[in-house]
Amino acid sequence: MSSPTSTPVGSKRSRDDIPVTPSSDGLASPPSQRRRGQDSSNGDLPAMPTSPATDIASPAVHDTSLFSSPRRSVLPSEVDMSSPLMYGTPSSRVEGTPRSGVRGTPVRQRPDLGSARKAPQVDLHTDADGAVASEQAAGQKLVIWGTDVNVGTCKEKFQRFLQRFIDPTSNEDENAGLDLNEPLYMQKLEEISVIGEPVLNVNCSHVQSFDADLYRQLISYPQEVIPTFDMAVNELFFERFPDSILEHQIQVRPYNALKTRNMRSLNPEDIDQMITISGMVIRTSQLIPEMQEAFFQCQVCAFSTRVEVDRGRIAEPAVCRNCNTTHSLALIHNRSAFSDKQMIKVQESPDDMPAGQTPHTTIVYAHNDLVDKVQPGDRINITGELKKKRRGAYFIDSTADCIYRAVPMRENPRQSTVKSVYKTHIDVIHFRKTDEKRLHGLDEDSDQKLFTEERVQTLKELAAKPDVYERLSSALAPSIYEQEDIKKGILLQLFGGTRKDFSQTGRGNFRAEVNILLCGDPGTSKSQLLQYVFNLVPRGQYTSGKGSSAVGLTAYVMKDPETKQLVLQTGALVLSDNGICCIDEFDKMSDSTRSVLHEVMEQQTLSIAKAGIICQLNARTSVLAAANPVESQWNPKKTTIENIQLPHTLLSRFDLIFLMLDPQDEAYDRRLAHHLVALYYQSEEQIEEEFLDMAVLKDYIAYARTYINPRLNEEASQALIEAYVDMRKIGSGRGMVSAYPRQLESLIRLAEAHAKVRFSDKVETVDVEEAKRLHREALKQSATDPRTGFVDISILTTGMSATARKRKEEVAQALKKMIQSRGKTPAMKYQQLFDDLRGQSEAAITKDMFEEALRALADEDYLTVTGKTVRLL
Amino acid sequence: MRMWFVCRFCCPAAQSNSNPEWEAKVLEYFKGQLREKESHSWVPSLNDVPLHYLKPNSLVKFRCLVQDMFDPEFYMGVYETVDPSTKANVLRCGKYKDVTECGVDLNSRNTVTAERQTFYCVPIPGESPWAKEISFLSAARVVPSTSYVPSRQKRSYEEDDDDMDTQPQKQREPHTGGKFGTVNEPHGNGDSKRQETEAPSSQTTAPSDCSSHLDLNFPLPGERGPACLVKVYEGLDSFKLNDTLEIYGILSVNPVLTVLGEEKDPSLLLLNPTESMETPEEQRAHDPPASLVPRLHMLYARPLQHNNPLLPSAPTEDQSAFVSSFLVEMASVRAELLAYLTHVLLGDGLAAEYLLLHLISNVYTRRDVLPLGKFTLNLSGCPLNSYTERLYQIVQQLVPCSYRLSMSLHTMNSMRLVPKKDYVANRLVSGALQLARNTSLFLDETQLEQGQLDSSGVRNITALGNLISWQKVDYDFSYHQMEFPCNINVLVTSEGRSLLPSDCQVPLQPQVTPPNMEEYLTTIHMAQFTSQINKFRVYLSLARTLDYSISDEVTKAVEDDFVDMRKDDPQSVTAEDLHRMLVVARLLSLSLGQTTLSRDGWMRAKHIDMLRRSRTEQQKSLNGNEP
Repeated sequence: MSSPTSTPVGSKRSRDDIPVTPSSDGLASPPSQRRRGQDSSNGDLPAMPTSPATDIASPAVHDTSLFSSPRRSVLPSEVDMSSPLMYGTPSSRVEGTPRSGVRGTPVRQRPDLGSARKAPQVDLHTDADGAVASEQAAGQKLVIWGTDVNVGTCKEKFQRFLQRFIDPTSNEDENAGLDLNEPLYMQKLEEISVIGEPVLNVNCSHVQSFDADLYRQLISYPQEVIPTFDMAVNELFFERFPDSILEHQIQVRPYNALKTRNMRSLNPEDIDQMITISGMVIRTSQLIPEMQEAFFQCQVCAFSTRVEVDRGRIAEPAVCRNCNTTHSLALIHNRSAFSDKQMIKVQESPDDMPAGQTPHTTIVYAHNDLVDKVQPGDRINITGELKKKRRGAYFIDSTADCIYRAVPMRENPRQSTVKSVYKTHIDVIHFRKTDEKRLHGLDEDSDQKLFTEERVQTLKELAAKPDVYERLSSALAPSIYEQEDIKKGILLQLFGGTRKDFSQTGRGNFRAEVNILLCGDPGTSKSQLLQYVFNLVPRGQYTSGKGSSAVGLTAYVMKDPETKQLVLQTGALVLSDNGICCIDEFDKMSDSTRSVLHEVMEQQTLSIAKAGIICQLNARTSVLAAANPVESQWNPKKTTIENIQLPHTLLSRFDLIFLMLDPQDEAYDRRLAHHLVALYYQSEEQIEEEFLDMAVLKDYIAYARTYINPRLNEEASQALIEAYVDMRKIGSGRGMVSAYPRQLESLIRLAEAHAKVRFSDKVETVDVEEAKRLHREALKQSATDPRTGFVDISILTTGMSATARKRKEEVAQALKKMIQSRGKTPAMKYQQLFDDLRGQSEAAITKDMFEEALRALADEDYLTVTGKTVRLL
Repeated sequence: MRMWFVCRFCCPAAQSNSNPEWEAKVLEYFKGQLREKESHSWVPSLNDVPLHYLKPNSLVKFRCLVQDMFDPEFYMGVYETVDPSTKANVLRCGKYKDVTECGVDLNSRNTVTAERQTFYCVPIPGESPWAKEISFLSAARVVPSTSYVPSRQKRSYEEDDDDMDTQPQKQREPHTGGKFGTVNEPHGNGDSKRQETEAPSSQTTAPSDCSSHLDLNFPLPGERGPACLVKVYEGLDSFKLNDTLEIYGILSVNPVLTVLGEEKDPSLLLLNPTESMETPEEQRAHDPPASLVPRLHMLYARPLQHNNPLLPSAPTEDQSAFVSSFLVEMASVRAELLAYLTHVLLGDGLAAEYLLLHLISNVYTRRDVLPLGKFTLNLSGCPLNSYTERLYQIVQQLVPCSYRLSMSLHTMNSMRLVPKKDYVANRLVSGALQLARNTSLFLDETQLEQGQLDSSGVRNITALGNLISWQKVDYDFSYHQMEFPCNINVLVTSEGRSLLPSDCQVPLQPQVTPPNMEEYLTTIHMAQFTSQINKFRVYLSLARTLDYSISDEVTKAVEDDFVDMRKDDPQSVTAEDLHRMLVVARLLSLSLGQTTLSRDGWMRAKHIDMLRRSRTEQQKSLNGNEP
């Protein structure tokens, strides 16, 4: 490549007074065109620098090239050095016993930066000794070719960053236990010296806030800047902790590049830049051992030599240098050096995809210790470098075995038609699992959607409106007519309560999710409401009670077809962790399936013990269930319990139970008709005007869920206490306990959710009032005793209405009276007693009632029933 | 004219590409030319002309459905070549091309990387033979035999059009025609012979033995036709999966593509496994041989509102003129069609009315999750013994796109209805529910027998239920599901009430019982002239595209009516009924060519709904065990 650009570099070089060796000549090509194979003819002609020296401005490189002499003869081929700072002596890697200090600690290759495929290791030490440092200090204004990065300044800046950066507001879990007022990264270095894991994760946003220019350089020229960072950090580290022993030198892993991108928005400009993208792992390959260095031994004289891999190829030495035997060298696999590599396919996460298109996938390469860090299904943020590789790797003519070298100068033009497509991949520098924390705790930042300033502003404006609650609830499923209270209930469910953690006091987590049951006649658009909610929430699941089994809801164990390992496949409830699980046809569900819900709906966990896997999964999901009455049509002569026929243990776990009944009222009919007809002829725009955009609603909910954590204030707690006492009183008035602590908890949750709707950090009396109203409203409908018309929560809790109980009591008393009036008769005939009671009572008494009464009296130890005889005690 | 298109393209103005406006100009030029009257019919269509008759690097069109969207790819937008003899560097343009020119200087700094995306496109699934045939004929008509077309191709047209009995034609017949004919055209009406030989003629390049190892991923089984990899350069976001498009682009069948793909030295792979980032399956799916799956570099794509070749396709003045002229005779055509359908439905006028409404139904909008305008019809009480099959053949004759899914236990358990992402091959494996908009899906429940549905059968039934209720299909992406809205007319024929949900159930009440059903239906069918059938076809496609509105006055009347109905019997009339009646009223008006709902129209809708309901009640009381 006779590039004219190389001339000025030559002069720089001479100024450095460093012997230019053939190998270092070939070292670099302009970084802007880091492409393999610009060198045409080398392969067979060792030590012929075909491309003139281009450049490497970094003094460190030249300096280190001094150390490379022994290697040079072994690997004389041209060296394409994409990074000026290729470092790492193979010898030290193999032989080096860990000693302390920069020099002593082996350097580990960074295939994540320079592509390992093409990276011929040039044995350059990165350690910059005093001479170099002073040279730099002398203020050379050298920059790495093609960039504006000056290694010296860059290093200094980064060291300053490490030494000074303080982030008092940090709340990352990684920084737990660190003193926030001390320089953050110095503490991390200290940690490294203690733990011995030589990886320093650097948050790019920290770099940015500290030095925007440095950040820009990092993003734009990661291949150059990150090695510089490495150098800087190692110098600093071994200065501080001269005695520490590390496996290899510290590597800097930047993450959270602010230029976080959607996979869809990657474009050619991003090539060779540092990017952070998020996605979901869909496939991981087996571990690929990639040979870094081949070890050859002469069969004759046992002389050994090492050959570095050059773009996936090993130049087998034809002649032994020691004994001059030809073709005597054999590859010794055991002593060759390999590095780990893994191909990972990442797919766009479904959340940030435009509708109607298929998700994109990207190939990602993980190296060394990043291998096997992620599993298929993980949602991750990847920081890495986008690389491209020409796809035209195959030539028509079969002799073209090594294309990169062969392409440009091929004499025969027939052979040089190539496919004009590149392949792209990302070399990973850092993984960050976004769903990792879902496994063990809260996931405040996994859901963290980035809201723009304006968006937040609009949301806040919306929140400031006095009627925001009504607005939002009417924006919910606008195609469904009225049902205001139900929509409000669902709205509160979408917001959820505040999560409370009492696990330290041994009371565990308190559920923050609101569960709702809709029960009603067929055709009252329950399913539609469920579908709407399912579409609205990011982590919603929709199942039908008819179609789902207990396994489908919880989790099952299956054999992974690829790895042949047993894996736990999660069901709908676990998948909707932190979301809403919509269960249609709740009544059609089998009892065993339904029983699974007990644990989920109160403890918010799911315990599994099957196929040797015993575990407890988080299932912090809200349940929105819809059920038809037993007789498919609501029977107004029956109680809710009788209509729904669900176990009351389950029913009591629903915070709100709404009845969706046909009101059969003329005015309602008229409004309904109007609504429906309008649905059919109004244009799209008219609808838009009337209601809030679904996207706004989504953002509003997401924002509130993430940032608003309301707490009860004094008045509100008083109001809650009163409300609860009231509820208890209603029951106690008839001698029954009707409200349970569960209902109080429901009230609190609803009040908190309502405060969230207002974007308020305090739960105030209004919230409690609304919660009370809604609770009463829902209960009024669902727990109205059809025989008395009174609200009676005990229907939900015991499955029997208060009147029914009272009646039972009365029968028992009547029976007792009757027996007492007979005087001293120790034994009575069962049938006779029944007939007598029937004759005495004005109300019809069934055999069941009679037996119940007998049992009640037996419980009082008043009598016993043996066979057909009743004996008094 | 055509020659000129091609010539311009054979030698793209590569040298001048430093000017960025150049690309935009080219596009504009082509768009302008194609907008001109009839000009688009001069472009040969991949659907009609066998691939080997088409000249590589020429402009072709392709009527297709976007079946899959592959990942974006980076290519050399601009690159430099070095002439080996003169050492002169020349800048070249890589756009609209798969393969570079000779002597690429890979290190040139002038190389510009650009981005494009590949769509995998298949012919519109379930396209009726008549639609294929008519579009083929109309295309053939305009192709002047004197044009540039190489003599080989010219001859082929002549053979196909005029000279059915020439030798080559006959040879091809047993090869491709046989199967096709029996499936689709058993009536042997005048055109059937033509279809047998013509429709698959574009397939001859892909002999059946080839497709066995290369799955072309057609949504429906038994489909044929070229699949195509379309390279898209502009407006990537405007395309969606399952869009039906007419794509104009440059055909690329460079055999190099195949060789490049196949020539993979296994030893090279062993040495460096990372060299192959793709699995063999992926390789096969993404780089199939160009002779089977040609590449098409898109210049311009026109979204198709319908694929009825009898209608002007573009919404131009042309079309509105056509519409207004047709509106006049709409009512009379409707009457004729109704009479025809009545005959077909064994003299049941009400069922015929509903079938007609069903055939013009269309999801015209969605309100949050609710699709509006869908009208799934369940025709219950169908006679057994292949009546439904015949019925489907008649429907197929009327609509441009259709598919009959025989819901036998075996098909339900074994067939893949829902498209599924295959992560190994990195493609979306198609399923029978990946259909173009307005496709008629004919679900034949009479084929159902007793037995057990396995889990995939249950999934299939659920998918069908979702399709009917929400007009959406949840594609299986293994780690999650993705919802794709669709617009498919579902007609369910069953003996009793269907196990699937439906918007409206009409029990068939045959007035005649012909002794020989087959003969009866064939006679009816034969009695119709092709021109008559064509009128029906135009009518059905057109009625669907009309606008519709309800005036305030009628709104009021409808509201009053509803309230009154509820007053009489609140149990029997629910919101759902009102929904249905509004749809019926809409379709009824449109079927008469009326674009607003009149009071009369509403009354009629109410009336026929009453009739239908009384019939359902009757049915219920007849066999009480029916739910």
